Formats: sequence, structure tokens, C-alpha cells
Amino acid sequence: MANEKEDVTRREFLRTGLCGAGVAVLGSAVGLLARRASAGSTLWQIDPDKCVQCGRCANECVLGVSAVKCVHAYAMCGYCDRCTGFFEPEPAAFDTGAENQLCPVGAIKRSFIEDPYYEYIIDDNLCYGCGKCVKGCEKFGNGSLFLQIRQDLCVKCNQCAIALACPGQAIIRVPADRPYLLKNRGETS
Amino acid sequence: MFRTLILIAILLSASGALGVQRVQPPEFEEHELPTTETPAPAAAAWQYADVAVLAAALSLAAWLVLKRRSRRGVFVLMIFSIAYFGFWRKGCVCPVGAIQNVALAAVDSSYALPFAVLAFFMLPLFFALFFGRVFCSSVCPLGGAQDLVVFRPIRIPLWLEHALGLLTYAYLGAAVLFAITGTTFLICRYDPFIALFRLSGNRDMLVMGAAFVLLSMFIGRPYCRFLCPYSVLLRVLSRVSRWRVSIAPDECIQCRLCEDACPYGAIRKPAQSQETPSRSEGKVRLAVLLFLLPALMLVTGWLGHLGGNGFSRMNASIRRAERLWLYEKGKLSEAEDEVAAFRKTGKTFQQAYTEARSVRTNYSRTGWLLGAWIGFVIGMKLIVLSVRRRRTNYEPERGACLACARCYASCPKEHQRLKKQGAR
Repeated sequence: MANEKEDVTRREFLRTGLCGAGVAVLGSAVGLLARRASAGSTLWQIDPDKCVQCGRCANECVLGVSAVKCVHAYAMCGYCDRCTGFFEPEPAAFDTGAENQLCPVGAIKRSFIEDPYYEYIIDDNLCYGCGKCVKGCEKFGNGSLFLQIRQDLCVKCNQCAIALACPGQAIIRVPADRPYLLKNRGETS
Repeated sequence: MFRTLILIAILLSASGALGVQRVQPPEFEEHELPTTETPAPAAAAWQYADVAVLAAALSLAAWLVLKRRSRRGVFVLMIFSIAYFGFWRKGCVCPVGAIQNVALAAVDSSYALPFAVLAFFMLPLFFALFFGRVFCSSVCPLGGAQDLVVFRPIRIPLWLEHALGLLTYAYLGAAVLFAITGTTFLICRYDPFIALFRLSGNRDMLVMGAAFVLLSMFIGRPYCRFLCPYSVLLRVLSRVSRWRVSIAPDECIQCRLCEDACPYGAIRKPAQSQETPSRSEGKVRLAVLLFLLPALMLVTGWLGHLGGNGFSRMNASIRRAERLWLYEKGKLSEAEDEVAAFRKTGKTFQQAYTEARSVRTNYSRTGWLLGAWIGFVIGMKLIVLSVRRRRTNYEPERGACLACARCYASCPKEHQRLKKQGAR
């Protein structure tokens, strides 16, 4: 009986020792990793330079309606009458009829400003990030339309589902204090 | 005409001069340009609130399980965790997935590990070291989702339990491998319950979620026991934990009433009744196994090295190189997304192939490590199983116990304790 009791205390001693070793190991792990850690977090964003508007953003996002939306850099826009981001390649007429529009959901609002300029504004509630208008704009226009992940909608998955499907590896981690990769006149910032 | 325009567009974009002004933007005098909307993400302070909630929930769980011994309390906390960490925070980042961020940060100095993620990874580990797997019991939303639907759990034979348990180690190894090679976050990609918490997801996620919910009704917490990579760390740490779950509040009277109380197969019978080999026999067996361990690791390491090539196809660089090669062979068109995207980078095909080759070499090398790790785990399992154990009382196996507090109610001594407490 005495023997068993001694056995128990030895075990307890070992266990306490191992527990202490565990604290030491975890503590040093924290110490090592803390040097790599940073106060800010990262977010997912689309690099417009790498994006080819394949349309997968619209389907691959885990949200019901993708967090990717078309964004307009107004200062870059040519305000064309015959906008290749707005109209079908060979429309029946250059008017706002649904059959003439590139956007499948009619999310682009076209309004007259002054002759011969028209302004194009994206309705975020309708846009689902298919990128059709972006493709049209980049091919023949100034490329003022581009896709971005809307950070107020993004649920910040640890592994972005769109990033896995992106053919251009255009979805990258950006620091949270610079959450958008916007295009400017003649360059991207 | 159309073709030349496309060609020009490609050439222009290949030269890197994006956003080229084909049409001079007009200077309006009266019209004011609208501003491009850039809605800010949720404030970063939220993630520190999450860390605080995690710490509080872990402390409460430890108190409820070990001191209060209350299944009802654990259950309520579990519901809270599912609601907060699952539905409210949408499941990201969780300690299970944080393994990958930590692994990536350890090898890639350009990846900055957010403090909140580090805290999420470390806090449950510290708690496991002191109080056992209280994180699993009522803080982990994945565990909670399975715990809720336990309907008629079947008892899994011990040998199968041990064998399937090895999957967790293999999964951990694979997840770390894929994370450090910058391929994908495997754990997050195949998280079975995330679609449930977000109430949306792709087909794979939904199918897997439904399958796991169904499975959880008849096999208690299948993900926790046989897949969860984080459980490997928790298991090791809770084996040496300072305090632990004991079924009887004071001393076990061996009434065997708790034998079937655990839906997760963590309560093991006392080992005395089982036939055990003599001490010298055991020693020889241990020596042989210890000798065989490096050989086993070498074999599985070699297998991992071979498998590395297969794994590498998950990598985007490899996939891209394969597409480009098909394109060069004339099997894909210029309009193919991968080809178009590659044109935009302005690199040559040769560069893409060289990059892919170096990635593949890296995989073959890390394949050795993964294989050796799996061999080591199998070997250690055999060694641990061959070591003679003496267990006199009914108690949960320390590594496997998920601290759900279900078994307390089956102990007559516990009822005695509650009665005494009520009388006081």
C-alpha cells in the first residue's frame, strides 16, 4: 500500500514537471511568434493589375451575393457617349434599353452631363461583381472600371474562397489600414 | 480591326502601363465628380473584444467543468459560443484555423501575424495545460455544433478509435505543409460547419456540413475526435494538465455506472482486469519498437516524398504552369483565363516553368517531413499502446476527454455530493 502511495506521488511529481515544461514551451513559442506579430490585421483585396475579369468572383465568394463589386475611378473615366463598359459590343441602339446593356442586372446608371459626355454610376445594391463591364472598359476604354472587394461586406475568411479559384492570383492580403487598391489616372496605387 | 484592337490591348497591358488614357478625360467646369466609395472594414478594435470574450469564455468553462461540475452550465456556455463565435463572428479566425496563420508566419517573414490571431491560437493551449480541453467542451463553435446533435452515439471499438485518431495528426501535418508552402489554408477550405454559421457557402461546404451533422448524431463529435488538427496540440497538453476532469467528486467506488456515460468514448475501463504481458516481455517489445521507429519514419518519409509531387498540384504556380504548357501545345486558347492572366504579368513562359519547378522541388522536400511525421506518429502510437498501464479507477482518458461534463450525473458519489450541498 505504501508502495502504491509513493508511486502516485512520483507520478504527480512527473506530471507537475511536465506541466511546467509545457508552460515553458508555450511561453517561448509566444515569445518567438510575438516578434512576427503585428498590431494590424490583413484583409483580402483584388489587385486590378492582375485581374482579368474571368467572372469567378461573382460565383466563388462564400456570401450569397459576392462581396466583390465594380468600382469606378471617376477621374479616369472618359465619359464616353458610347461606353464599351455600358453597351453590348454591337447594340441595336445606343440607349438604356436592357437588351443594349452589358450589365446583366442593369446596375450601371447612365446620365447625361453635357454634350457629348455621359456619366456612369454603379449601383452597389445590384452589382454582383461579374466584371463584364470592367472587361469592356479595359479593352477599349480607359480602364476606369475595376473590381474591388467591398470591405464592409467581406466576412474576412481566413482562406478567401475566391483567391483559390482566381486564375491570375490577383486576390492578395493587404494591410487593414490600406484596405483598397484603387486605380488613379494613368497608374494604380 | 477587332483583333488588332485586342492585340494592342494585350500589348499595352503587358507593358504594365495599365489605365492607359485612350480617351482624354474631360475637365468639367460645373459638374462635380462623384467620389469613389471605399467603405471601411469593421473596426480593428472588434478583434480585441473577441480575444477578451475568448479568455472569459475559457475561464468560465474551466470553472463550470472543474469546480461547479455543472453540465447545464457547460451547455448554456456552449450555446453562447455557437451564437457568438459561430453565427456572430462567422467563424473566422478560430484557433483551429489559426494553426495555419501561425505556421505561415513562422516560415514567411513577410507575413505579419495579427496579434488577435496569435492570441486565439495560444489561449486555448494555455488553458489546456492547466484545465484540460475546456476549449473543446463549450467554447469551440465547431465542437458545439456537433455536441448539440448527439442523438444516439454508438460505441466505437477501441482499436478503431486509436486508428482513426491518427488522422488528426496526418491532417495537422498536411495543413501545416500546405500553409508553409503558401498553397492554401486546407483547414479553412474544408471546414465542415462554416457554411452553417454563415448560412451560405459553396456546394462542397454545404454537402460536407450536412454529412457531418448527420454523422454527429450517431458518432459523437466525429470531427473533434478523428479530424480536428488542433486537437493534436490540445491532446498532448491536456495529458499533463494541472487539473483534470474526474468522474467521481472524491473517490471512485467502482460501481461501473459511468461506463457508458461518455458519448465520445473517453471513459476507459480499469486496465487491471485485462491481461497484460509480463514486465520483461514488455521491455523487449518496447526496445524493438523504439528501434523500428526510425525505420518506419524513413519508409513513410520516402512515401511522402513521392506523394509531394501529387500534393503540389494544389499549388497555384504549378497549376498555372500546367495550363501554360497545354496552351503551348495548342490545347488551350489564348482566351483561357489563366493564359490571359499570365500575359498580364509580362513574364515569359520559361520563367513560369522555372518557378513551378522550384515549387515542386520544395514540395518533394517537405513531403519527406510530412511522411516522417506520420511515421513518427504511428510509431509513437504503437509504443504508447504497448506500454503497460495500470488504471484502477473509472476515469476519462486525459487526452481524449472533451470535458463536456456529461459523466458527472452518472456517478452516485456525485449525487451524494449534490445532496450534501443542497442540505447545507
